[in-house]
This record gives sequence, C-alpha cells and structure tokens, in this order.
Amino acid sequence: MHIVDRRLNPGGKSLANRQRFLRRIKDVAQRAVRESAREKDIKDLGKDGRVSVPADGVREPRFARQPGTGRQDYILPGNKTYVEGDLIERPPGQGGGGGGAGEGGDGGENSEDAFRFVLTRDEFLELFLEDLELPDLAKRRLSVVETEGLRRAGYTVSGSPANLALSRTLRNSMSRRIALKRPKPEEIAELEARIAEAGEGASADLRERLEALRERAKRIPYVDPIDLRFRRFEPYPRPIAQAVMFCLMDVSGSMTEHMKDLAKRFYILLHIFLTRRYRHVEIVFIRHTDRATEVDEETFFGSRETGGTLVSSALVEMKRIVAERYDPNDWNIYAAQASDGDNVSSDGPTATELLRSHILPACQHFAYLEVGDENGPRAGFVEHRTTLWRTYEAIAKAGGPVAMRKVNHRRDIYPVFRELFGRKDARAEAEA
Amino acid sequence: MTRPAPQKAVAGEPLFTGNDWDFDTIRRIHDACEAVAGPELGLSWYPNQIEIITAEQMLDAYASIGMPLFYKHWSFGKHFAQHEAGYRRGLMGLAYEIVINSDPCISYVMEENTATMQTLVIAHAAFGHNHFFKNNYLFKQWTDAEGILDYLDFAKSYITRCEERYGHQAVEQVLDAAHALMSQGVHRYPRKKRPDLASEQRRERERVEHGEQIYNDLWRTLPQKAGAAGTDHAAERRRALLELPQENILYFLEKVAPRLQRWQREILRIVRLVAQYFYPQRQTKVMNEGCATYVHYRIMNALSRDGRIGEAAYLEFLQSHTNVVRQPNFDERGYGGHNPYAIGFAMMQDIARIAENPTAEDRQWFPDIAGVGDGMEVLRDVWSNYRDESFIAQFLSPKLMRDMRLFHVIDDPDEPEMRVEAIHDERGYRKMRRSFAKAYDVAWLDPDIEVVDVDLDGDRRLILHHRALNRITLQAEDARRVLQHLADLWGYDVVMKEIDPATGDILAEHAMSARPIFF
Repeated sequence: MHIVDRRLNPGGKSLANRQRFLRRIKDVAQRAVRESAREKDIKDLGKDGRVSVPADGVREPRFARQPGTGRQDYILPGNKTYVEGDLIERPPGQGGGGGGAGEGGDGGENSEDAFRFVLTRDEFLELFLEDLELPDLAKRRLSVVETEGLRRAGYTVSGSPANLALSRTLRNSMSRRIALKRPKPEEIAELEARIAEAGEGASADLRERLEALRERAKRIPYVDPIDLRFRRFEPYPRPIAQAVMFCLMDVSGSMTEHMKDLAKRFYILLHIFLTRRYRHVEIVFIRHTDRATEVDEETFFGSRETGGTLVSSALVEMKRIVAERYDPNDWNIYAAQASDGDNVSSDGPTATELLRSHILPACQHFAYLEVGDENGPRAGFVEHRTTLWRTYEAIAKAGGPVAMRKVNHRRDIYPVFRELFGRKDARAEAEA
Repeated sequence: MTRPAPQKAVAGEPLFTGNDWDFDTIRRIHDACEAVAGPELGLSWYPNQIEIITAEQMLDAYASIGMPLFYKHWSFGKHFAQHEAGYRRGLMGLAYEIVINSDPCISYVMEENTATMQTLVIAHAAFGHNHFFKNNYLFKQWTDAEGILDYLDFAKSYITRCEERYGHQAVEQVLDAAHALMSQGVHRYPRKKRPDLASEQRRERERVEHGEQIYNDLWRTLPQKAGAAGTDHAAERRRALLELPQENILYFLEKVAPRLQRWQREILRIVRLVAQYFYPQRQTKVMNEGCATYVHYRIMNALSRDGRIGEAAYLEFLQSHTNVVRQPNFDERGYGGHNPYAIGFAMMQDIARIAENPTAEDRQWFPDIAGVGDGMEVLRDVWSNYRDESFIAQFLSPKLMRDMRLFHVIDDPDEPEMRVEAIHDERGYRKMRRSFAKAYDVAWLDPDIEVVDVDLDGDRRLILHHRALNRITLQAEDARRVLQHLADLWGYDVVMKEIDPATGDILAEHAMSARPIFF
C-alpha cells in the first residue's frame, strides 16, 4: 500500500481546460461582459465577474430520447394506497412521477438555456478591454525611454554560485585534467590492489609509483578555480514607447451632477484601460473651473469643487506642462477632454487659438467627450451645437487628430469609449 | 495482497481517537481494514494507492471524469466552472472519495475527512470498489486496469502533439465531434475474432469433406428457383466488408470514413477507448455501490466489534452511512429516482440473509442460494458474475419489494391517465422485477442506433437507423447537432431514419450535409 500526499501538487490542473473554454466562448463572453459593464457601476468593474453566456455555444449534444414521448415505465418506491389497475391522474406539468428509475441523472440537463459562471477579475478585464488601444502610438520618435532588461551574454570567470555553469565548468576541468595527466582513481586503485596482492613482497618500484601517482593527484585538483565558468547576464536597454495622457475635466458650475458623473465614469474607464494595457503611460489629471490645476488621481476622482468656466485655463495649464515635462518630439501626447461644451463667450477665440496652434499640433490624438443632460436631445431634434463642439468640429474637418462624441446617459459611456479607443482594424471590421 | 512485515497494532487498541489523522493513522486504518477484508470477507483486490487531495484538486478530478490525467478540452473547463460555482455557493457537496479502476487501484480521499470518514472511505473504496473492479466479469472483459494510466498518458501527449502540429481549432473540432458520438462509441459485445489462416483452411477442408460425404447427384437435377441466386451480392458483400450493420459509430468512422487523416482517426480511437473503459461502470452502478457499501458496513462493524474504533466514531459512521443509503419515497420532496446505494446495499444484505436465514418464501424463490450458509461466498459469486440488469432480474426478492413498497406505473401518452401496472403482491412480483431490471439495462436505455448502409455507388451517403423503442423518438435538436458532427467526420451526407421496430413505420428522418471544416 502506498500513501501519496497530493495536496502539495500545484493546483489548477484544469487551467488549460478553462483557457480552452474561455477561448471557445470568447465572442459571447465578451458581449456578456460588455453588457454587464453597461449596467454596473464602473468602479465595481470586474469585481464580481459573474457572466452568463447562452448555452448554445457550449452545448454538448448527444443522442438522447425525447422525454415525454412514447410509453414510459416508472418503478417507484413507497407505495401506500395503490393497487394493481388503479388509474392515476398525470401530475400537472410534464408527465411522470418526477423522473423514473430509468432516467438516471441525465434528464433535464439539456433544458439549460444559459450557462452561468464566474470570471476572475483579470479574465473579466482582459475580455473587457480587448481590442482597445491608443491610436498611433509609437509613430513619432518615441522609443526613447529605456528600461533595463537582462539577457544572456556568454560566460564569465567570476560570478555568484547560483549562476555557475556546471557543464561548462566540468568540461574545462576535464580537459585540464587530461592535459596535465592527472592520474585516474582507477589507476591508483589498481596499483593499490596489486600491492595488496603482493603483500609484503611488493616491489619498492610499485610503492614508489603509487606514491608518485598519489602525489600528482593531490597536486592537480579535480576542479580548479581556473575551471570555473559562470553564466553571464548583461543589462540592455529595452526601448518603450513614451506616452502621456492628459485628462482634462470641466468641473464648473454649469456641469450638473449628472454630467460630472458621466465625465468621471469616462475617466475611470480610461484610467483602468491605460493602467492595465500600458504600464508605461503617464497620466496627467487636470481639472478646471475658471482656473485650472494639475491634481493627483484621488483629488481628480474624489473631491468636489465648483466655479465658473474658462476652458482656456485648462489648455494653458496643459500647454505649460507639455512645455515643462513632455517634449512633443520625444513623447506621444494624448488628451481626453470632458466638458458640457459651455464656455464663456469671450474665451472662445482664445481657446480655439490655443487648440489650433499649440495643443493639437503636439497631440497624437485628442478625444473630446461632450456630456449632456440625462434627458438630452432625442433623435430627430435639431441638435444644439455648443461652442466647443463647433470649434472641434471645424478642426476635425480640417484633418486634425480629433475624435468627438456626445454622451447623455451612462449606458452610452462604454460604447462611446470603445468608439474612441477601439483598435483601428477592429473598428473597420465592425463598420464593414 | 502481500506486504512485507505488516506492523499490526494490538487487537482491541483503538486505531485513533478524535478526528485528527496523519499518514501513520491512515496506514493503521488500511491495515486494520485489510485484516477484516482478507480473512473475514475473503475479498481480493489490486494493491492500494491512497492519495490525499484538497477540495480544489477534487474539483479538478471531477472535471476530467475522475481520472488523474486526461487530455485537454473545453468541455472539461465548462464542467469545472459548473462544479466550482455549485460548490462555492454551497449547493453541492463534494464526494468523500474517487476511486479509479487501475492497478494499483488509486483512491483519492479528501483532506477534510475526519479519521472516521477516512476509515469509512478506505473500507468503501480501497476494498469494496477495488474488489469489484478486480473481480467483476465486465471489468475483466472490457477494461485493462494495468494499462489505463499509461494509455491516458499516451492520449494526453498525443493530443497535445496534435494541437501543436495541426492547431487547437482543428483538434477541438475532431474532439467535439467525437464527444458527441461518445455513447455510440462502445462495443457492447465482444467482436468476432478475425479468422486466422490455419483455422480457415481447416474449416474449408471440413466443409469439402462434409460435402463429399453427403454428395448426391440427384440434387443437381432439381430446378433452380428463378432469380433466387445472387439477388444483391454486391450489396451484401459491401456490407460485410464494412462490417455493417455497425452500432459502434466511432469505430466505423475510425476504420472506414473515407477522408479522415490518420491523426484524426487516432483521436477518434482515443475517445472510443475511453468510452469503452467507462462502459462497464454505467452497467454496474447499483452493484458497484452496493458491493462497496456492504463491504464498508461489514468492515466498520467488525472494527467496532474488535474495539478498533470507539463509540463516537461508530456513531459518526452510522450517521453518514444511513445518509448514504436513504431512499426517499416517490412522493417525498427530494425524490430523485432510485438511490443506487440504497438498492444495492439492501439487496446485498438481503442476499446474505437469504443465504444464512432463509424463509419458506426465499426457499421457493431462490432454491440455489437459500440456506447455503455462507453469505459472503454467495455475494462474492454475485459480484463476479452479474451486472445491474441481470443482478436485479435474478436477486430482487419479494421481501425487498415489499419492504421498499415498489410499484410500477405506466405512462402512455395515448391513454388519458397513468396506470398502476403492478404492485408488491403475489401477482406483481415477477412482472415488476422484470421491468425494474430493464430500467437498468443500458442497451434498453440508450437509443439503439446503427449504421446500416453506405451508398457507395451514388453519393456516399451514410444511412443510419434508430430503432425507436416504445415509439420514443430522439430529441430533434440535439440529434441534428450530433448528426452534423457525424456528417463532418464522414465527409458526405448523412441521413438517419427513426423507425418503429414493431410496425416498421418511419417516425422521423434527419438529414445533414458535411461542412467543409475538416478537409
């Protein structure tokens, strides 16, 4: 009898099966994930990754008999009052006394019409963010920021014991031993045996030779420090695309709570997307009323502040930061602005001028999100175009790198986000 | 089983106290069970290998039908997700053990089990199931306990290699199709042995000699019946060559599907052999569980009698034992068909009783075994030579039918009401036992589907028949999906007719064309 403790074996034996399963249901699961993201609070995204996918895609068909057709026999335990020949009314619903003996456990499994299961947060976000990307990344001369990578680079004579290249070391040792004619242990053993055999009568010659061999073996070590070789690693610069995302948010008094909520949702989504997909993207948060300030993440999402509106203030702040820290020649610069589109009329020309001549030329891509009222314009109404919208529209028409969308309801946030950041080829496919 | 120097604890000394156990406890428990199973019960078993696993590993094992290693497929991932969700939400408990029909016999036991439960589980799986696997004729005939783990290892690496070489999707499509046909991938009867040359020559010689002996020139003068000779020789020959009719569809495809690649055939073969390996288990649910439950019951009682387990442990055992063998009545909540543990255990006890203390009724019903004395000897014989269907047909006693208050109901959709066909009385015993046995006959439960012909002269269409027993047709949607898979593998059109065997009427017909996914 053997007892084997398997508890220490690595778990997740079924992981490969799960990956295959996820690959199979990818399309439907992606749809389900996006569906659920629409309803959910974006902060909770992926926290509870329960999705259900239509069972159709994962059905395992078998030849099985149609229940409820033809004659069925049931053998049942626990008879109390029946005698042979009694007639029993069919129980309501599907005939039969709750599954006969013959059915085993197989009945009913096919009736599932949705398959429910839980995704881990990683799996959820992976599906959720797939085929999103920052447009035109690495188009400019960007491969400048460097991280250090390590790579194998031959052998060295010094190093840490962990890096000892054993086979290389022994190869050296062997050639040295051969070259220096180190006596083999067998030779010594053989001589010893011969001497032992001869006993007292062993010739002095033999003893001398044995002595010489021993001496030589002592002087020529098995492994000499000279043999040692270590695996060498050298650092090398690994270029990564440098990119920075500016998040500009209007928090002025004209923004209603609803609008601010929409804007924040948009930025949270953007934040999740950037931090998960691009480890080296810097994010700059700027919020503005009639004054703009650069803030940290927490303040940006958390604090409440209100005041007048001066869009140009944010643009000035962005321009200042770009000039100070992000040289457009070295950086991919992206910006996303959320606003209700209102601006002090006197500020219009200033803002336009800033955008045209400073901000947009520096940017790879500029996304403008206009947030509207919850019961915003319905289709068919003539849309009221805001000042900012008109500004951007003109620039976009002239071929500027601007994408603009309007959002009225939180359920639109995610689709709009996808439109703004969907991968080009994926988008083209979707449109085709 | 022989083992060097068994370190026997002194009889009467408890094996453990409290709930905790360690490997030494497990070893002592195993040895104590062995001491009962061998001399007292006369069991024989494969060497045991007991593996301790965690709940998560148990879930893993569930997902790959209990086998320690298995090829990868999305459907196992699906089952894992299902079980895991059920388990996490507390809807589903996990089994205490899983046992594998292999040599050595591997029993997985959960680390959460208490010492008493480990004793129960070892008695149940490592001796009960193990004895059954080693001795039952179905397992002997159809499974190779020694080779199964090696074969699964081969299957796993073969399929991995195929995936690397031909792509995940191509392999997945073959596996999907093969899984759909898995229950049509077993041989129910030993196949005819291929004749070898020597015996063929001998038979030919004997035939000629016989012909010479009975030669009579008169036969030559008899007029031939017109058209009788060579009606459809070609068709007959074709069917013989293709071994038609053939109910093992996977076997048929593996051997004769015209367009499959070699690796695709090999995958079909793997799936088919796995199905064949599990086929005996489906036919012996009641007996297998009955045997294991009876064995653990005997062993636990013997241990308690000898003072090897304490009162508390014995009560804990009784509690879980009675849970396992509980059979709810048909009108109770939670009735989900017959509990194989309950029937199996009750029948084993009943057989032992008949052998040891028969009543007059038993002597009349079971003259062969009534009062022979040694219940275990009868049971060992039963465990070796029966499967569920024959076991129930032979050994379900009137007393047990009365105890369980069995009755038989017929639900015919053509009638307005259901009818009680038989109850546990003198008139009903035999009728009921017959239909009860039938309910455990897999050949009766599985749809009877055969490949009957191939249109080799025309468009190579494959023709299947489903003989619809009691006019029960197949679920149309699923049948069409499976046929689609079948058509894909076959490479040409497939048609299946559902036929009422009594009248020859065609009840339904499904046709599918191959999609160009494999070729």
